Amino acid sequence: MTALHGRQFLVVTASCSVAACSRAPMTYMRTFGPAADPVTSLGWGLTIICCLVILIIGVLLLIATSRARRTDATLASVPIAHPGGGLRWIYIGTGVSIAVLLGLVVWTMFTLAAIASAPSAPVFTIEIRAHQWWWEARYLDGTSERTFVTANELHIPVGKPVLLRLIGDDVIHSFWIPALAGKTDVIPGQTNIAWIQGNTLGTYRGQCTEYCGAQHAHMAEFVSVDSAAAFKQWWDHQLAAAAAPPSATTTHGEAVFLARCAACHTIRGTGAGGILGPDLTHIMTRHTLGAGTVPNDPASLRAWINDAQAVKPGSRMPTLDLPQQDLVAVTAYLQTLD
Amino acid sequence: MDDTEAGRAPRIADEGGLHIDARLRAIWETAPGIRGVLSSVDHKRIGIRYIVTAFIFLIAGGVEALIMRLQLAHSDLKILSPEAYNQLFTMHGFTMIFLYAGPVLSGFSNYLWPLLLGSRDMAFPRLNALSYWIFLLAGIFLYVSFPLGLAPNAGWFNYPPLSAKDYNPGPNIDFYLLGLIFLGISTTVGAANFLVSLLRTRAPGMSINRLPILVWGTLTASIGNLLAVPAVSLACVLLFTDRQFGTHFFDVEAHGQPLLWQHLFWMFGHPWVYAIVLPALGIVSDALPTFCRRPLVGYTPVALATVATMIVGFGVWLHHMFATGMPMLSLAFFSAASLVITIPSAVSTFAWVATIWTGKPVLTTPFLFLSSFIILFVIGGVSGVMTGAVPFDFQLTDTYFVVAHLHYVLIGINVFPVIGGIYYWFPKMTGRMMSERLGRWNFWTMFLGFNIGFFPMHIVGLMGMPRRIYTYAPGLGWDTLNLITTVGAFAFAIGILLFLINLLVSLRRGIPAGPNPWDAPTLEWSVPSPAPAYNFAVIPVVASRHPLWEDRLNESAERSDLSRGYLLDHGRETLATTVLDAEPDLILKMPGDSYAPLALALALAVLFVGLILHSLACSGLGAAAVALAIVVWLWPQRGLGQIGESKHV
Repeated sequence: MTALHGRQFLVVTASCSVAACSRAPMTYMRTFGPAADPVTSLGWGLTIICCLVILIIGVLLLIATSRARRTDATLASVPIAHPGGGLRWIYIGTGVSIAVLLGLVVWTMFTLAAIASAPSAPVFTIEIRAHQWWWEARYLDGTSERTFVTANELHIPVGKPVLLRLIGDDVIHSFWIPALAGKTDVIPGQTNIAWIQGNTLGTYRGQCTEYCGAQHAHMAEFVSVDSAAAFKQWWDHQLAAAAAPPSATTTHGEAVFLARCAACHTIRGTGAGGILGPDLTHIMTRHTLGAGTVPNDPASLRAWINDAQAVKPGSRMPTLDLPQQDLVAVTAYLQTLD
Repeated sequence: MDDTEAGRAPRIADEGGLHIDARLRAIWETAPGIRGVLSSVDHKRIGIRYIVTAFIFLIAGGVEALIMRLQLAHSDLKILSPEAYNQLFTMHGFTMIFLYAGPVLSGFSNYLWPLLLGSRDMAFPRLNALSYWIFLLAGIFLYVSFPLGLAPNAGWFNYPPLSAKDYNPGPNIDFYLLGLIFLGISTTVGAANFLVSLLRTRAPGMSINRLPILVWGTLTASIGNLLAVPAVSLACVLLFTDRQFGTHFFDVEAHGQPLLWQHLFWMFGHPWVYAIVLPALGIVSDALPTFCRRPLVGYTPVALATVATMIVGFGVWLHHMFATGMPMLSLAFFSAASLVITIPSAVSTFAWVATIWTGKPVLTTPFLFLSSFIILFVIGGVSGVMTGAVPFDFQLTDTYFVVAHLHYVLIGINVFPVIGGIYYWFPKMTGRMMSERLGRWNFWTMFLGFNIGFFPMHIVGLMGMPRRIYTYAPGLGWDTLNLITTVGAFAFAIGILLFLINLLVSLRRGIPAGPNPWDAPTLEWSVPSPAPAYNFAVIPVVASRHPLWEDRLNESAERSDLSRGYLLDHGRETLATTVLDAEPDLILKMPGDSYAPLALALALAVLFVGLILHSLACSGLGAAAVALAIVVWLWPQRGLGQIGESKHV
């Protein structure tokens, strides 16, 4: 996993083990799950039909206008006439348009029905709370001891539908993983339901698509589609509390964290239980900081802790102005949280 | 008719009759100098002012866009702060949609309606002036926020809770809300004026099946505005009280509903989209046939399509909200309606193509703009079909694909016909032709720049780029296309610049036009260029849709009479006709130039400034001044027949 750390992860890997989409990791013209695939067929169908329409009308227009007189003489020299036959254009053109449109309505309705619900019962639920400007994800499988919270980077098992409960917290956001499903808005005061399923292993990038304020541009989310075994291992690992700090520096770092960071952040297994910011219990299993703003490498981590406002202006993480020694210690401590 | 002044039998005269021109000029001409500027109610002056002001806003919005395009030219650029970018894109949207696209068409219609309908002015000339002054002041009100760094920053559709006090405590959003309410007054009085003008001030014989399509377009847009503007004004009032007086319409904590805003906004927003394209389609339908040397193919289907579009346009607002978690049945209904609304557009499209195909087109600059508009209309239309298909819209919505779509709609369907329309009617407005040579350069730069700039947005949208992001990471495949878009946007801007240069040069040095330089068929071309203050020396009598082509088309034995008709010269007067058949009915006494509209608009501005300053004194003063201005305005005048004739009735 460390091989993926670094700038390149942000986008390139997100793309993929799925090589085909690596040049455009956010495209939805090639998709990898049943919540998106029927839509993609419809999308290509619409695109092709629409291009044909543009082509046909364009050619007709070109032919019609190519006969235009390039005269500088006055228009009055060209006689006025009222030739017939024009209405035929409207009858035929509109008739054909109506037939095509009705066909598209039917195709649209069938597609809508096809993605309305998952093909089989969802295997578990992820409760997603959208915040300015990050995603909180609570994995639920019915028992409280199997429940945990993470942020921004989701994992799901390959080939299984997963239910998403989308809960608004502050302003309106929209959850979107283009390769797996279309958007669903996350609206305060209501809970929207969506489902996703990935049929091909890989990591898929998405980002918030409802304008939500200053850092709307930096509100990415990632979904890793894992093999069943890897997924179970990941879930089990996420359930674990943080290990005790292994060295003097990191012990100091933990103390700094508890004093300066714990009001907003949780690290399970310590006294830190803040809920305003992301749960950091396993922060080193995540590849990015600030919801896809920078890669999760030591330099970026330290820069982020030191002055998040310089990295992501307007974000809710304040500038801490930690003494250098504390900064080094808390960074070292966080790096033990894998 | 009875024996009152308004019901007298008017004298019938010949156009060239002795002293008529001088007499009517004395009655109708606006005073020279600043007095005239501030008090004129002449629809032609107001129309041109509307167009000029709208273009100034277009330039402002364009500069905002160019700055944003620099920021987006490459990934991770830091030319703008997020806050600056967010204010820019909000102001860009607000400016282009509310301060350019709508008002510029009001300008055309204000200038043209009485000339197209054979009347001396709009039904309510002072209301017309009021509508302009409010538009101007609302625009200034909004733009004052910019240098203060307090411009609206929640997007042009301003969704709460982002626009609520909790997340946006500054006055930014109050500028938006008050500005939009203020502007709504202008739109509303303007729409009412168009409606009454259409119903009552057509020339005798101008029955509704002889109306130019531009009139159909503006009529439909006006009815749409009257029904739609209240929704957004209400939404703005509710959000303003939420922000300033602690009500909870959109406040989730108190069981308010953020989605209520979206419904109210788009119930207005979608009909508004049609209001800012239908009159432009009318420009094409009326001007294109002149250059094809034949009447428009399918007048009746095109007129009906115009009306049908607006009616269906009231049933599609939810397609802006497909991703908000609606029930499947609503999605299905609104999706189907959004696809069906394409049918009337198909009717018009084939009518235009057939007009060119079966006509004898002559290649002039206006023809280039109007015919190329057709392909832009088709591109903007089919991309609308794609976004109308719900499941695919789940992917498309809020990406650059939508940005591409709406720019093809707003630039393709509004700016291109508007500029074509200015080339076409410039001679009528100024008495001079615009340069054809510069016109070709202008057209090709705009057309190529536009397509180079905006077509790639479709593709970058299909590659997943969300709209309204101030920057993006490298490696997403968006860099090259964004760079091309930026280059195209600047090329397009150069095209607009060439247009403005042509405008200024032609204003001074254009070839004198004569009354009918294009040999066009409709009434406005029967009067001198520029049109005299009184429009028509005698009220014409209309016998067909093409009064100036009747002899050549020879479709019936009837002929319009443009040179002999009612001479109305007892002060400012025009003829009122019956609603459907346009039979002469009454003489309308028209008000003279007046400062009342400006005074009322200024009083309203004081009221709104007081609201943004939270100053009770200022608002109170404004409200009192509004009341006073209205009283002065409505004070009965003998000259308008409001006093002293009741005994005859």
